[in-house]
Amino acid sequence: MARAALTAGGKRGLILVSPPFLYALLLLAVPLATILLFSFWTQDYLDIDTRFTIANYVEAFGDPLYMQLLRRSLLIAGAVTLVTVVLAFPIAYFVSFHVAPARKSLWLFLITIPFWTSYLIRVFLWKVILGYNGVLNSSLLGVGLIDEPLSVILYNANAVVITLAHAFAPFAILPIFVALEKIDRSLLEASMDLGETRVTTFLRVTLPLAMPGVVAAVLIVFIPTIGDYVTPRLVGGPDGLMIANMIQTQFLKLNNAPMGATLAILAMLSVTAVSLVFIWLNRRWLRGPK
Amino acid sequence: MRGLRFYAIAYLVFLYAPIALLPLFAFNDADIIAFPLSGGTTRWFAELTQSASLLDAARNSLIIAATTAVLSTVLGVCAARAATMADWPLKRPMMGLIMLPLVLPEIIVAVSLLVLAVQVFGLGLSNTTIIAAHTLICMPFSIAVLNGAFQNLDPALEEAALDLGETRLSAFRLVLLPLVMPGIVSSLLISFTISLDEFIIAFFLSGANPTMPVYIWGLLRFPGQLPVVMALGTILVALSIVLLTIAEIMRRRGLKRAGLRDRGGFL
Repeated sequence: MARAALTAGGKRGLILVSPPFLYALLLLAVPLATILLFSFWTQDYLDIDTRFTIANYVEAFGDPLYMQLLRRSLLIAGAVTLVTVVLAFPIAYFVSFHVAPARKSLWLFLITIPFWTSYLIRVFLWKVILGYNGVLNSSLLGVGLIDEPLSVILYNANAVVITLAHAFAPFAILPIFVALEKIDRSLLEASMDLGETRVTTFLRVTLPLAMPGVVAAVLIVFIPTIGDYVTPRLVGGPDGLMIANMIQTQFLKLNNAPMGATLAILAMLSVTAVSLVFIWLNRRWLRGPK
Repeated sequence: MRGLRFYAIAYLVFLYAPIALLPLFAFNDADIIAFPLSGGTTRWFAELTQSASLLDAARNSLIIAATTAVLSTVLGVCAARAATMADWPLKRPMMGLIMLPLVLPEIIVAVSLLVLAVQVFGLGLSNTTIIAAHTLICMPFSIAVLNGAFQNLDPALEEAALDLGETRLSAFRLVLLPLVMPGIVSSLLISFTISLDEFIIAFFLSGANPTMPVYIWGLLRFPGQLPVVMALGTILVALSIVLLTIAEIMRRRGLKRAGLRDRGGFL
């Protein structure tokens, strides 16, 4: 009886979910399979040579430029992730533990607002802030902290890291906040009663329990960062370009879709591999309560 | 804990720094974007209204964003209702695929749809291709918002309506829909905002008619146009903040209607 009721409900659920699922299948899974297929074809002047070959992959691994871009993209994405998550944790902690419950959603709202507003112009304004005659340099000069404008903060990888860390801030704060909210506060009291200090309680109780949120934050920042070509183009200078810029060039300028597809696949495989290793390293924190 | 509060306020300053600069330069009477400021003007806003291509791009973006919002919310309602109502075989992988765009690098979505549309189907790029892609990336956000609304529904309400002779469809329209309406409005506004602001995908998939961000990207190359971009940005940011505030108010109203405590956040 219960089983029949479940299948009836399940059937309705399946029917309801099929429009969005078919949409995702047709416009996400099929296109992804298509670029995978394309990566094994080659561009033959104006036509596409559809004989199966791994020539693109051989070229990608053989060309130092592609490998350098990929390595740099992973490094920048890693640095962005580290900076973003480390800066975000105290905020999530503050909102979860030290803000009155009634005001929590106001804080979260304030944190998310900049994220939803005009991405392009935001990135461009970082150029204005970090530039040689920019806001930051003028104010530091004005205060007398520096004697000449800093040039290490624009048109290089540092600028890309600062700008992206800003862009992804809410993505890091929210998962950590959710994990912190789930922590049973009586565990912290118990820890203090058993003689731990505030610091050791934080390190031995709060932090391990917040780790699932931290891992989620790391992934949700790290993975999309690799696909950004706007920030490197606007503030990165020649040494801050990333693999996504090359993918864009292959598709839109060189008209070599198979090579672009190959680089896209390689970028995706490398972020996936790094993410899986990261999850594996953190597996002991991710196991649920026994 | 005073240190932590100080840090939180400093962090908010970091978050808002670029947006705060926007109106300063938009009303600044100088051709270059730099300090010191040199007196107020509204001529950049006046110049905005003169540009026909800008108005075209704006109209284009509004059409795309409105269509995307409706499509992604309708699909989102289906998915959120199904996911909160029942279990079925392969539910997790199916929902996983639907939510995947949330973590997929946008350039991957962009190039894969570009290849499929142009190289496989030989279609031209147009607003339709952008709408298709934007719906795909907005759907997970809609589902995240709507999940909250549907999760809080008491199943007894629908059962009562069915017992009183309503069909499933009329019960949905008369009982469930009013209850989840705030969530639906919130989902519409969020998808609208995302689509309006999206550049990475639109740049790959736009045809002859650029969207607003693609148009702005073109302007960024011309230093003389930058003050106009600042004015435009000010308007867009103000618009986004208004839309998101309404979305947030609706989301909270929805939670209150379901008799739940607010746990914060869109995501």
